[in-house]
Amino acid sequence: MIDVDTLIGPYPFRHVPHPDPDVLVRVLDREGLSSGWVGHMPSAFYRDPSAGNRELYSALAPFGDRLRPVPTIRPGWPRWESAVHEARSAGAPAIRAYPPQWQLGPHDPGMRDLAVAAGEEGMALLLTVRFEDLRQRHWMDTCGDLSAAAIRALARAGESVRLIVTAAGRDLIEEVHWGLTPIEQRRALWDISWIWGPPEDHLAKLFRTIGPERFVFGTQWPLRLTQNPRANLDLLPDDLRGVALAEPGALLQR
Amino acid sequence: MTAARDEARTQSEPLIDAHAHFYHAATGRADWAEVNAARFRAGERIGIMYHVASVLGSYGFSSPTYFPSPADVTVGNEGMLDICAREPDRVRMYVTVNPNYTDHALREISRCVSRGAIGVKLLASRRASDPLLDPIAEAAGEAGVPILHHIWQHRRREWPSQEISDGADLARLAERHPRVAFILAHIGGGGDYMHTFPAIVDCPNIYPDVSGSGVDRGMLDAAIDAVGASRLLWGCDLTMETGLAKLRALDVIGLSADEVKSIRWRNAARIFPPGSFPRCTGDSRSSGDEVTGNQQPATSKLA
Repeated sequence: MIDVDTLIGPYPFRHVPHPDPDVLVRVLDREGLSSGWVGHMPSAFYRDPSAGNRELYSALAPFGDRLRPVPTIRPGWPRWESAVHEARSAGAPAIRAYPPQWQLGPHDPGMRDLAVAAGEEGMALLLTVRFEDLRQRHWMDTCGDLSAAAIRALARAGESVRLIVTAAGRDLIEEVHWGLTPIEQRRALWDISWIWGPPEDHLAKLFRTIGPERFVFGTQWPLRLTQNPRANLDLLPDDLRGVALAEPGALLQR
Repeated sequence: MTAARDEARTQSEPLIDAHAHFYHAATGRADWAEVNAARFRAGERIGIMYHVASVLGSYGFSSPTYFPSPADVTVGNEGMLDICAREPDRVRMYVTVNPNYTDHALREISRCVSRGAIGVKLLASRRASDPLLDPIAEAAGEAGVPILHHIWQHRRREWPSQEISDGADLARLAERHPRVAFILAHIGGGGDYMHTFPAIVDCPNIYPDVSGSGVDRGMLDAAIDAVGASRLLWGCDLTMETGLAKLRALDVIGLSADEVKSIRWRNAARIFPPGSFPRCTGDSRSSGDEVTGNQQPATSKLA
């Protein structure tokens, strides 16, 4: 199983222990995960993420197929199109973008262009709804969560678009999913890192209504315990135990 | 692999959820019984031997969750007593009170403790440091039961729907009532837990519970470094998958088996009234039981 939502590098608003690729590989081994799609945490907060991408490619190079780079690309920044091509050349399965951190609105045309361009290169656009709970945020962390409207707009941006949305809860997932046509719905996968389990059983309800084939495994390491999504799967009701999640690479196949 | 290990532990080692909730018919939720059943289902899977639980009035149906009316408090406590009567082997009760209604609160404590409640639940109806909580704490002390207090980790402003308290507020109350054990609710339940630990480190009668939907890496390590394994209680609150994740994380952050047992059940067995958990067998004291508020830090091995 692939963990689509991992990061390396420090987080600006609190200390995170050892956010390093060698530690990540040990954690993947311990949790029985085959590989991780890895972003570069500080790049979410850089004006120009290209230096962060160079660090990411370099840091992951020794870890081959276990850790696949997911570089950050900011639309509207000069030569962002080249960064998309570079990501493809580097074997990235996806790219990351952070509209709330960059103060890009839900209908930002640059974000739509980026989603389409990534899709045309055979890569997903990986979005992060939040790094931390709203109640916990640092006073300098003024951005809100990624909105459902922003995700819907991207899912509608074009046929090539492929989205992986991480750190979403049940309400947002349902608001997006049922606000899309069936064709648009198939352009988005959701990671399970922030979805509640029992007793509210949000994950089970989403599996029954939307279907497990729209969900992938993600942990948001190093910010959150990798044990959490696995525990959620282990606590599913009997009729859903052992259910298969989507293989994220399948989203990219035409 | 981890699921198999959980199952082996379920057979052999006690586990107490010190922060649970149940629902009842007057909460306005059509699915209230399903939610209760899901808690038992997940509890069996995790290996929870006892759910120490409260009902929060009508959960907003006829008065606000965190400001329940006296009538809703009573109805909720009745609902909780019913669940205890139906599930005597695995459910224990906190009696919920609203301290703005002192006489009613004291009557509810007396009534429900006499019928088996083993703790008092305070919500966010009045700030923890307020003198109005003193008679509640005195009643808990006389009854020999701990108080579980809802906490927002580091309040930096007022938030709607709650008169929130943080670790510093609870410390003021705990200092006035050193004989009473206070359970500081859900370090993973929202807010900045890194503020909480130094705020309570010198109050040996405050026991943080690890429940809440937050599963930040480093949170458990920081809690143990600050207050020691002998003051932490395991619990789930509204999200049991995060409880299981933390349980599994405790195995890999460098704690001794003895320390893990303390967090799983021994600390709870120590602060609740004697005999509250007859199915938890074994020595409820561990080598680190002496509560000083200045426990030795554990070695972090990264969850």
